[in-house]
Amino acid sequence: MTPRPWRVTGRRRETADSWTLDLEPADDGAPMSFLPGQFNMIYAFGIGEAPISISGDPGADRPLVHTVRDVGAVSAAICRAAPGEVLGVRGPYGSAWPVAALGGRHVLIVAGGVGLAPLRPALRAALERRRELAGLTLLLGGRTPADLLFRDELEELGADPRLELAISVDSAGSGWRGHVGVVTTLIDDLDLDPARATALLCGPEVMMRFAAQALIGRGMDRGDIYLSMERNMKCAVTQCGRCQLGPAFVCREGAVMRYCDIERVLGLREV
Amino acid sequence: MPMRSIEQVLAEVETFAGLERRHLDRIAGCGHNCGFAAGETIAREGDRADTFYVIRHGRVALETPAPAGGPLLIATLGDGAVVGWSWLFPPYRWTFDARAIEDTRAIAFDGACLRGKCDSDHELGYVLMQRFAEIILDRLQAARLQLLDVYGEPAAG
Repeated sequence: MTPRPWRVTGRRRETADSWTLDLEPADDGAPMSFLPGQFNMIYAFGIGEAPISISGDPGADRPLVHTVRDVGAVSAAICRAAPGEVLGVRGPYGSAWPVAALGGRHVLIVAGGVGLAPLRPALRAALERRRELAGLTLLLGGRTPADLLFRDELEELGADPRLELAISVDSAGSGWRGHVGVVTTLIDDLDLDPARATALLCGPEVMMRFAAQALIGRGMDRGDIYLSMERNMKCAVTQCGRCQLGPAFVCREGAVMRYCDIERVLGLREV
Repeated sequence: MPMRSIEQVLAEVETFAGLERRHLDRIAGCGHNCGFAAGETIAREGDRADTFYVIRHGRVALETPAPAGGPLLIATLGDGAVVGWSWLFPPYRWTFDARAIEDTRAIAFDGACLRGKCDSDHELGYVLMQRFAEIILDRLQAARLQLLDVYGEPAAG
């Protein structure tokens, strides 16, 4: 439970309110290995801790990369951490995207807003294993073009023959060359064999719910749809109960969960 | 490559898929192939809506003019999408601009011709209204999601 000190070695602005931080151990400890989809508790000393998804490449153990959206006092302090400053890190915690089970599958990644951050390690892992996959598609939704994370990387991915990429924003000026509309409309246009597809979803819960429904509408099995759930977390080790989602703890059974396992709970308004 | 008839193309478009052949024939009878170059205006807000389009290949933006900074983009539509339903209801005026953002091939349908057939053949009218109601419902739900501004909320990460 004691956070390890990690020094900020790089800081990049992604959008008006999101930053990506590179971290290196500030103690004599080893770099951190993690599975795509896992998160760390990041501690801004004297202010507080927040669960932040790891957004770096799982094939490279350093630096440790997190992408953070400024949505409150703790995340604002983490976003402000300049190179040289030290943050506390404990983790990695939680479940992972099923990257080991993706062989032969059409991997469909559906990300909304900052939800691309926890999917980026899975995307990197899928690109590494592209030859083993039946297909690889990234559908990305955002508020406006300026609110998209990793824009330089998206430009490269757009030209990468290993990946089919479609981006849709809720609103844009007339200079925007991509789609305008909700990201779920991209699902309707997909060339998809539902029996061979595995979908990885992360974004606002409303978006994920509608995306899952659209995928089921296309014939996908509920067990082949994975969601990264977000709930308020404090301890990340199942002791505080803050992240309880029905019978599950998001910090332990999640954040990555199968749609068939949580569909019932997602429909409960009391949860 | 063999030319495909409008009936054949329509049968593969989601909106018209599964319609009886006689209905497809009657709808196709009001259509003709057309094309728009990238940037070309297809319809202008406020103009008489005599026509609707089914995109065969390409992409079309629905826009509304704004006083500064160019038009506001409301939605983009791709292959198989229907552009326009103002031809269905009085006063038959386009509600938004439609502009090709890529070179676009489409089928243009004469709205008055089709309304006339629907008036004389209520079964055709019923099935066509069902299909258009579905499009309108899908677009309404999409617009509601856009209005929710879901990405504005604190989310993952």
